[in-house]
Amino acid sequence: MVSPTSEQETNPEVSSGKTDQKDFVYDSKVEGNIIFTRVDSAINWMRKNSLWPMPMGLACCAIELMATASARFDISRFGAEVMRFSPRQADVMIVSGTVTYKMALAVKRVWDQMPEPKWCIAMGACASSGGMYRSYATLQGIDRLIPVDVYISGCPPRPEALIEGLLRLQREIDKEESTKGLKAEPKEEVVKGLAI
Amino acid sequence: MSDLVKKIQEHYGEYITHTKEFRGEHTVVFKKESVKAIMQYCRDHLDLVMLLDICSVDHESIDPRFEVVYELSTLNNSHHIRIKVPVSEDEEVDTVSHLWATADWHEREIYDMMGIRFTDHPNLKRILMWEGYPYHPLRKEFPLAGKPTEMPDVAFTGVAPMEGGPFVTSSTATDTVSAEPRAKGES
Repeated sequence: MVSPTSEQETNPEVSSGKTDQKDFVYDSKVEGNIIFTRVDSAINWMRKNSLWPMPMGLACCAIELMATASARFDISRFGAEVMRFSPRQADVMIVSGTVTYKMALAVKRVWDQMPEPKWCIAMGACASSGGMYRSYATLQGIDRLIPVDVYISGCPPRPEALIEGLLRLQREIDKEESTKGLKAEPKEEVVKGLAI
Repeated sequence: MSDLVKKIQEHYGEYITHTKEFRGEHTVVFKKESVKAIMQYCRDHLDLVMLLDICSVDHESIDPRFEVVYELSTLNNSHHIRIKVPVSEDEEVDTVSHLWATADWHEREIYDMMGIRFTDHPNLKRILMWEGYPYHPLRKEFPLAGKPTEMPDVAFTGVAPMEGGPFVTSSTATDTVSAEPRAKGES
């Protein structure tokens, strides 16, 4: 821990409370255009601000997803406007809508085709838990097939809620250790949660 | 009694089990052997050219167990008639898909959901569930939560959690109080 007085002299931005994570240290007086940072932070910064969504629109939530991309809500303010209908080019799958058993393995297949690193947002009640469809035909949450990073409540969620979910995901990405291997396997606690 | 029902009765009286009128809606119940002939007659001679819907009812404990319900309508003056055909579990009903093209998918849905087969249907396979799914999920004995199945690389199903529900009616109830929707212990 650096003592407050010494840090104040060399690095007023960090100690002034604007950022307490200390992802980068920058002193404009001596360093000019150079920023010192960790590789993880730099990679995460690039990843989180350029998330290309795979719009897995399955039901009415997809309408809100489209609204989120439109001018009024404008998801491109957060760098996620590049909807990719090819899973090969996508970073985050937004599962928006009811996942029926008939569709489930198709969703799983598209997910498997997405290159690492990849994330998943379960948008709305149906994608998160089956929603009101407690029935023979509906998968009771997409997390039974693929690991979900962010769940968004709502039926359907407002576009603001989707944007909030995206920002939460960005914060989660910020915490990742990007240089330490890839997220190939679902997290253990997620797998445990699947036990019926 | 409407003119339509009267005309049907004149021509096919021996096949009619009974007729019913409720708030201006006319229902005719037929024996299933006569479906083809009567539907042809309705379409060609009674001007009932539009088949609105075909659906089916599962009476579970009553024999014959199922009922196929046809909704017919005229185009120019909105006359409507409902035709019901009782059918037991091991029987088939003649298709009407040669009379109305729309009947093709309606009958496929009935086959998929209720398991009633239609004789001479051009393409009688499942329409909503996938080929190979072993159950007919809208039958009364099928639990709302579903049953686990597995078809590798095609689809699978699980059992939905049913805490506190579902709230179902009983088909054997004799009065409205016991017919109220209630949660079964397990469904």
